[in-house]
Amino acid sequence: MSSLVIRDLHVAIGEKKIVKGFSLTIKSGEVHAIMGPNGTGKSTLAKAIAGHPDYTITGGDVLLDGQSILEQEADERARAGLFLAFQYPSEIPGVSIANFLRAAVQARMAEGEEIDATAYYKRLYSKMDLLKIDRKFTSRSVNDGFSGGEKKRCEILQMAMLEPKFALMDETDSGLDIDALRIVADGVNTMRGPNLGVLMITHYQRLLDYIVPDYVHVMWDGRIVKSGDKSLALELEAKGYDWVKKELALATA
Amino acid sequence: MSQNTATLSSAPPFDEAAANPVAGIDQTKGDFQYDVTYEFDAGTGLNENTVRYISSVKKEAPWILEFRLNALKKFQSMPMPTHWATKDLENINFDKIRYYLSQGQKPKRTWDEVPDDIKQTFERLGIPEQERKFLAGVEAQFDSEAAYSNIKDLVAKQGVIFANSTEALREHPEIFRKFFGKVIPTGDNKFSALNSAVFSGGSFIYVPKGVKVAQPLQAYFRINAENFGQFERTLIIADEGAELTYMEGCTAPKFSTSTLHSAVVELVALKGAKIQYITVQNWANNVFNLVTKRGVAHEEAEIKWIDCNIGSRLTMKYPGVVLKGRKARGEVISIALANDGQHQDTGAKMIHAADETTSNIVAKSISVGQGRSTYRGIVHIPKHLKGCKNNTECDALLINTNSRTDTYPAITVRGDANSVQHEASVSKVNEEMIFYMQQRGLTEGQAMSLAVNGFINDLARQFPMEYSVELKRLIDLEMEGSVG
Ligand SMILES: Nc1ncnc2c1ncn2[C@@H]1O[C@H](COP(=O)(O)OP(=O)(O)OP(=O)(O)O)[C@@H](O)[C@H]1O
Ligand SMILES: [Mg+2]
Repeated sequence: MSSLVIRDLHVAIGEKKIVKGFSLTIKSGEVHAIMGPNGTGKSTLAKAIAGHPDYTITGGDVLLDGQSILEQEADERARAGLFLAFQYPSEIPGVSIANFLRAAVQARMAEGEEIDATAYYKRLYSKMDLLKIDRKFTSRSVNDGFSGGEKKRCEILQMAMLEPKFALMDETDSGLDIDALRIVADGVNTMRGPNLGVLMITHYQRLLDYIVPDYVHVMWDGRIVKSGDKSLALELEAKGYDWVKKELALATA
Repeated sequence: MSQNTATLSSAPPFDEAAANPVAGIDQTKGDFQYDVTYEFDAGTGLNENTVRYISSVKKEAPWILEFRLNALKKFQSMPMPTHWATKDLENINFDKIRYYLSQGQKPKRTWDEVPDDIKQTFERLGIPEQERKFLAGVEAQFDSEAAYSNIKDLVAKQGVIFANSTEALREHPEIFRKFFGKVIPTGDNKFSALNSAVFSGGSFIYVPKGVKVAQPLQAYFRINAENFGQFERTLIIADEGAELTYMEGCTAPKFSTSTLHSAVVELVALKGAKIQYITVQNWANNVFNLVTKRGVAHEEAEIKWIDCNIGSRLTMKYPGVVLKGRKARGEVISIALANDGQHQDTGAKMIHAADETTSNIVAKSISVGQGRSTYRGIVHIPKHLKGCKNNTECDALLINTNSRTDTYPAITVRGDANSVQHEASVSKVNEEMIFYMQQRGLTEGQAMSLAVNGFINDLARQFPMEYSVELKRLIDLEMEGSVG
């Protein structure tokens, strides 16, 4: 069993402090949802954990299976089993999804080992079928000219192909229509299991009807201010963030 | 044409620091040298004796010697084009260059007859197995003379003449003399004059009327000796309705002193003929690669240059097509990659000289580190012509802030019965994109490499399979060396 431990993490962009003492432990098999108002640092947290070079870790630690990953480059972290489904996935003109994923799969293989092309395509097609992605997408450039929803589906396809230990999913639900949301959720549920831990960032309780989380956390001003189970999301939806804010004010008063 | 000259001379002043840092790229390819006993050696430096020596070794007809001597005079009298080009040209020391070397071998015909060290060279160059088998179809230039060739026999059955320049001028003067030096006059520029004086090696091809050559003809050039300039001369004539694809690839060992490569390539596509000329080159970082390439397309003929330049210290190359007959078509597809210490000054020339002629230029350049790319183009459509079209597209990709790129498109269209379209773009490798790819497990170098390959993908697809594989491998090598 694996664990991802985020311990009192502080992240700054330039001089600006964004994440301010974020702590959370995710074990494989668990799904944690994070909700929180715009600009509170959710994406910053996810990208900092993934190793974005612009984000400075000013305190705390991130441990994957007990080992700090902060000294590792983004690609090392990825190969160690960390996956980030981006809120805003990049477009890579001229690089087909098939070739891109093939390079990514190859990058995980031992030196001198070659990918088995037939097996690779077989697996790719089965994952595409699972996510109901048209096979002609394999030859399209990664995210290039994709609709918002197509981009999100392509992120989940990559996740399915790369089989991470931990997936940080940043607003994978936004931009998806109702059918696509169900398809993506089904896909994630199929991947769910004892070998995968998930941190799921979302604004909408609706997603949590499909992918039922084990824990729900509210992030505010760079850290977790409230944790609970699925019912917390429902409560949030009913009462809004002001409710959390008031509680917080009371607690710190 | 005055407008063109004005644009060209507005080239910015030479920036010493930007153009000449010591390049830190570890190119493992082409970085080796074998002992070769040169049977003929013209020594270093250039004068009338050098030219006479070369001509006598080659047992040339008097008219060729005369042609060479006349070219030598032109070369000596012409100024360097440094009023518009980089001043780095002035660093070429013509006295230190060897102008002719030969092993004195007759071109080989079978693989078994090829000396082991040459085979070893091909092996080290990493020519894929498949291609190596195809070496039977390779006109490989080993230093100044072709060391290996046998596709000749194959295509000879169709009446195609495929020979090296020495042989062709000796054995088929009636065909080649007529066109030799006509597309690119000796005095076209200082380096075409130099080539005309000392040329050796290169291919001469004649494809008879209506003959379509199924397989591409190939030549593989490399430079083997230090201080040794190569001056290939290639002339390809496709007679009426004939079709041919020619492929030229270059890799060179890395040397400490500068090496000069100055080729002249002339193409003639007669009525309804099609010629496609493909180059993928990877010169060592000290090579000056100053090449003049031009074709004449007659009525309804088509000439297409696919040109890929990687490496070299300075490349100056502007493949051109003179669209001489009605409905002739010309195309230049060009990819240039300038890494640290390299300057790719490339482009295209389209000279429309008949009605309803069309030309297309797509140029993509990649500048890495201190590398510098320049696009220089001329599209000329005189006023009296009707129904001519040109499309020009230049895209530049910058990898890191020091890279630099310049575009000097000169499009002169006089008269409104013609249409031109011009698009240019400059983009940077986006850091978010690199992070995205790294997040999927690719190293920074691999990510860069993918981004660059993606940038040129639509052009690379036009290369024959083995060349686009080679191209990808060269880009991978360049990108690996350019990060971290
Ligand atoms: N590169 C950057 N430079 C400067 N400020 C940044 C940068 N990236 C993010 N920020 C700022 O950091 C704060 C947190 O942004 P972040 O994207 O992490 O929020 P979020 O919680 O994901 O919001 P949302 O719900 O809207 O996605 C915001 O105020 C944002 O403007
Ligand atoms: Mg966000």
